[in-house]
Amino acid sequence: MLIALVGFVLCAMRVGTVTGEDALTVARPWVPFLGVDFAFRLDGLSMVFALLVTGAGFFVALYAQAYFKGHPDRGRFFLFFGMFMVAMLGLVLADDLLLMFVFWELTTASSFMLIGFSHDLEKARASARQALLVTGAGGLALLAGVVLLGNAAGTWRISEIIASGDLIRQHEHYIPILVLVFAGAFTKSAQFPFHFWLPNAMAAPTPVSAYLHSATMVKGGIYLLARLHPTLAGTPEWAWTLTVVGAITAVWGAVLSVRATDLKVALAWTTVMALGTLTLFLGSEAQIGLAAAITFLLVHALYKCALFLVVGNLDHEAGTREVGLLGGLRRAMPWTAASAFVAALSMSGFPPFLGFLGKELKYEGALAVASEPWLAAGAAVLANALMVAMAGVLAIRPFFGPKGATPREAHEAPFPMLAGPLAMGALGLALGLMPPIVGAGLIAPAVQAMVPESVDLTFAMFHGITAPLLLSVLTVTLGVIAYRLRDKLRRVIDAFVGALPITGDGSYRRVVGWIADGAEGLTRILQTGRLRTYLASSFAVIAATLAYVLLRNGLPPLDLDASGVPFHKWGVVALIAAGVVTVLLAKTRLVAVCALGLVGAGVALIFVLYGAPDVAITQLMVDILVVAILGLVLPRLPRYEAADGTKRRFRLVDATIATAFGLVMATLLLGVASVGVDREITAFYEANSVPGALGRNIVNVILVDFRAFDTMGEVVVLAVAGLAAWALLARPKEDEA
Amino acid sequence: MIDPGTLLLLPILVPLATAALLLLMRGRVRASQGVALLGLVAMFAASAALLVDVLSSGVLATTMGGWDAPFGITLAADTLSAVLVLVNATIGLAVGMYAIGDLDESTRTLGFHPFFHVLLAGISGSFLTGDLFNMYVWFEVMLIATFGLLVSRRGRAQTDGTVKYVAVNLVATTALLVGIGLLYGLTGTLNFADLNGKVALVEPGAVKDGVAMLLVLAFAVKAALFPLFFWLPASYHTTSAPASAIFAGLLTKVGAYALFRLLTLVFPQTAGVAISPLLLVAMVTMVTGVLGAASQSGIRRILSFHIVSQLGYIVLGLALYTPLALTGAVYYLMHHIVVKANLFLVSGLIRRAGGSFVLADLGGLYRRAPLLALLFLVPAGSLAGFPPLSGFWAKLLLIMAAFEAGEVLAAVVALVVGFMTIYSMAKIWLAAFWKPAPDTVPSPPSPRVQVLTYAPVAALALITVVMGLWPQPFLEVAARAAQQMLDPTAYVEAVLGGATR
Repeated sequence: MLIALVGFVLCAMRVGTVTGEDALTVARPWVPFLGVDFAFRLDGLSMVFALLVTGAGFFVALYAQAYFKGHPDRGRFFLFFGMFMVAMLGLVLADDLLLMFVFWELTTASSFMLIGFSHDLEKARASARQALLVTGAGGLALLAGVVLLGNAAGTWRISEIIASGDLIRQHEHYIPILVLVFAGAFTKSAQFPFHFWLPNAMAAPTPVSAYLHSATMVKGGIYLLARLHPTLAGTPEWAWTLTVVGAITAVWGAVLSVRATDLKVALAWTTVMALGTLTLFLGSEAQIGLAAAITFLLVHALYKCALFLVVGNLDHEAGTREVGLLGGLRRAMPWTAASAFVAALSMSGFPPFLGFLGKELKYEGALAVASEPWLAAGAAVLANALMVAMAGVLAIRPFFGPKGATPREAHEAPFPMLAGPLAMGALGLALGLMPPIVGAGLIAPAVQAMVPESVDLTFAMFHGITAPLLLSVLTVTLGVIAYRLRDKLRRVIDAFVGALPITGDGSYRRVVGWIADGAEGLTRILQTGRLRTYLASSFAVIAATLAYVLLRNGLPPLDLDASGVPFHKWGVVALIAAGVVTVLLAKTRLVAVCALGLVGAGVALIFVLYGAPDVAITQLMVDILVVAILGLVLPRLPRYEAADGTKRRFRLVDATIATAFGLVMATLLLGVASVGVDREITAFYEANSVPGALGRNIVNVILVDFRAFDTMGEVVVLAVAGLAAWALLARPKEDEA
Repeated sequence: MIDPGTLLLLPILVPLATAALLLLMRGRVRASQGVALLGLVAMFAASAALLVDVLSSGVLATTMGGWDAPFGITLAADTLSAVLVLVNATIGLAVGMYAIGDLDESTRTLGFHPFFHVLLAGISGSFLTGDLFNMYVWFEVMLIATFGLLVSRRGRAQTDGTVKYVAVNLVATTALLVGIGLLYGLTGTLNFADLNGKVALVEPGAVKDGVAMLLVLAFAVKAALFPLFFWLPASYHTTSAPASAIFAGLLTKVGAYALFRLLTLVFPQTAGVAISPLLLVAMVTMVTGVLGAASQSGIRRILSFHIVSQLGYIVLGLALYTPLALTGAVYYLMHHIVVKANLFLVSGLIRRAGGSFVLADLGGLYRRAPLLALLFLVPAGSLAGFPPLSGFWAKLLLIMAAFEAGEVLAAVVALVVGFMTIYSMAKIWLAAFWKPAPDTVPSPPSPRVQVLTYAPVAALALITVVMGLWPQPFLEVAARAAQQMLDPTAYVEAVLGGATR
């Protein structure tokens, strides 16, 4: 809370002084290896956002003090709330793309913790996860976009990137950058078709919602678009995408807000509408359109924060947010009612509130949208009319009319919970009363940060009878009609939405389901849990890869001339072959083991033939021991199963793999054998064995002197093998885990 | 100042000596715990001194038994080796301390510690040896030590996991041995530095490529790359928490290290034959690993599959084969070993606090054990790549390297897999920490156990945070390691004494 206040005051002191070249900059190297700096820059655009983040942060924190009085997790709330606020502030102040991304992800992480604050509820957990996955996915897309953008510009410094807009727009990666940045901004700012997570995030406690919707998180995407506007805007791709997506989001959000009966959910959908509107205006390049966006940003933040806190008061004091249950609370909660009323007036855009100014600018801006003025204006009028109706629902229904059947006897909320809504509402009025000051102090510098030319905007309440004014009148009329007919309207929309084949939320669930099913299916194929498949596929992979390498450029020339091989050597080969065949055909294990012993003996003979009698002796010893031990153990094992039908198929596969493996290895061996051996080291051993190591058996000298370090390792292996065997036999009884 | 030869030996000898001492002290629990800890501290100090020395004076090399390279066996440390040895010692210290708290009862019998120290020696040996066959010996030491750790727990699942682990690894070991024999047949030497020169003399062709590929395949099994990773998810979840932590942190990374050595030092000229398939393998490994993780419901099974997926990232760095990519891979190695070992330790803490490794049986830990929640969030967030934790820089580097190399698909895969990692970390968090607690929860262990098990986890989490907030020195070291890999002249000169041969 203190951070917020200090931050707000600090920012506010600088209002009006940070236009253009006078931006406040701080930069320290952070990761020089990547050229990433701790660079911050406060200009007109950052100023508006920073004021919102800290201002709303202060009041919401004040509010939360009372809201969470006595709550066991109050400390945690403020921990993550503070983290959220700092992250958001960093996001809007960072002047380094990667630094900005760091804060961007921090807002994702801290909002995850805040949305899931009431984590005992299934709904809260699911919503938090949804928000994390949707914004997390967008974040990763943005990361790719950031890297591409940084590469294209040759720097991470945002202020420099902004200055090189033409370079980026003509860069070959312009379209990928645009798409990736949009993916990040649209998920964060809940644009169609990623809008669904935001209303679900209503599972969070009210202060979180108020903050999330008014000043932080969802405004992150808007800020990103505004920040990169000078770099990326000005192409048909930019304009069309933002206009269309923004228009759809705005209208759809407005329509669904009318449908909701839970006041908080209704408010959430109006946020979606507002975000759509902001996106719509950021699509334009006209100053008036951008001014509209910034003004509306301010308007929306003020009334949205106030209204959320009002709804929080109702929920806290009256025990419900259902519009049907609330009514006549004007007397019981006069201050809450007053702030709701003021905020609603600004929301529906009545003069002399700031909302009116915003709305007028919007219409003016909409008509200036280059690509499709009537689409923009039409969407704006429709969305605004529904906003008027919603303002009515929020400000009139709960407080006027007959007393509702609230679960709790309502009474006024304590002061900290009133300060925020009242201050925000009052600010909406106060700023509306002095348009030139707002315009020159906040809006114009922000717009100037987006369009480099000098800004020429006039802010006034009354411009004369103009098209925007007429549209305003039309809006209010439509809004009042919609309020009157709201129940009918709700039924119509309900029926319409019910008939939709796909919804955002449904698609999300389907995608998550696909991931889970696909993962499970694939893993069941790969990780069968059967050792024989593991071994068979390991051998198969090795054989296939080597076969590919050996054959891809034609088989290497092999020396296959066996005519010089003397008769006794053929005898050894025959011995080994007989052993192998017997192993394969053996019906009992014992026979197989004995035949394996035959193979070992044959190998020992080879060692004898090539002049290594001690190696041959070792081989024979090991072989005899293995056969003897296996012979002792085997009778204790269950009987060897005879091959049945399915087994035979396995055997065929195994035989193929084994044959291929053997062929590949033999080829490789022959290939290596055809290359002459470099005898340098052998020669050294021959020369040094007697004089250097005092040994006449070179093999022994290698083992105990030249390469004694290997032998030490092998001694360790043997010792540990013995210990492991001991441990295996002596291990303590544990329950089957 | 200790002379470089001793410095190179100490990270291997200290844990071996400790293991021998521990065997002699069997039965004297407290005293042997003290010795174990002392040995780990000494190993850590020696490894730190080694890294300092390597950073200040370049590649170090020493010969065993006084026989000059390439005739005897050489130990050598460039930046990559020294860094990994230090990471090994760090994880060893943390895991050893944790084990003293966690496994009090089993140290009475043979138990954990002797095998654990032998394993550490094997890992250090693999990182430090300058000889291919000697590396095989250290691989065997590691294999038998892990076998010892795996079998010291009784149960069907444990035995089953052990058999699969050993069987598949034996295939790899055999392939490695055959490959070494064939390579010796081609070149007549086993010394890495000597091989660097002599492999270049071998006539290029199918045989040379085939031998290189056989070695790559053997190491690929060790590094658990697709499609040879079966053994890993089959066994890691069956052992004790500290044992699984050291397995998860380091075993596969030794395989990855061997791949780096092989393809940058031994076969730099023929690297191409292995590199292009490796890029594909890296991507498929990332995807299959992360999907495997998404399909699991036990914490350690999820984490095991994530090891596979993360190795894909590391190998991606190798496959891209650019300075930036190799820097990213080395940084990724450092980050990943710390984070992964820590997550397995945390899973042990979760088991103590919540009574299970299975997500369905857990719950309510956020409220009951807030410190544990924080200690999970740090490594989990880092694994998922949230800034400003270490995993963010690791992924960022590799993604930048992929874009730089024009491998857009690799960058996309890396990003999508990052998303899936967020998904499964959220899954653990939601189920173990946020979901309401089950009816029965175990009573908390003694304060001594709490301190001994929480302190190392907190220390590793702190490393993650420091690597994230202050990545510059780590990146500089990684860049140096990458530069030495791309230009092995210094290594070759240090080992062969600069003689023109």
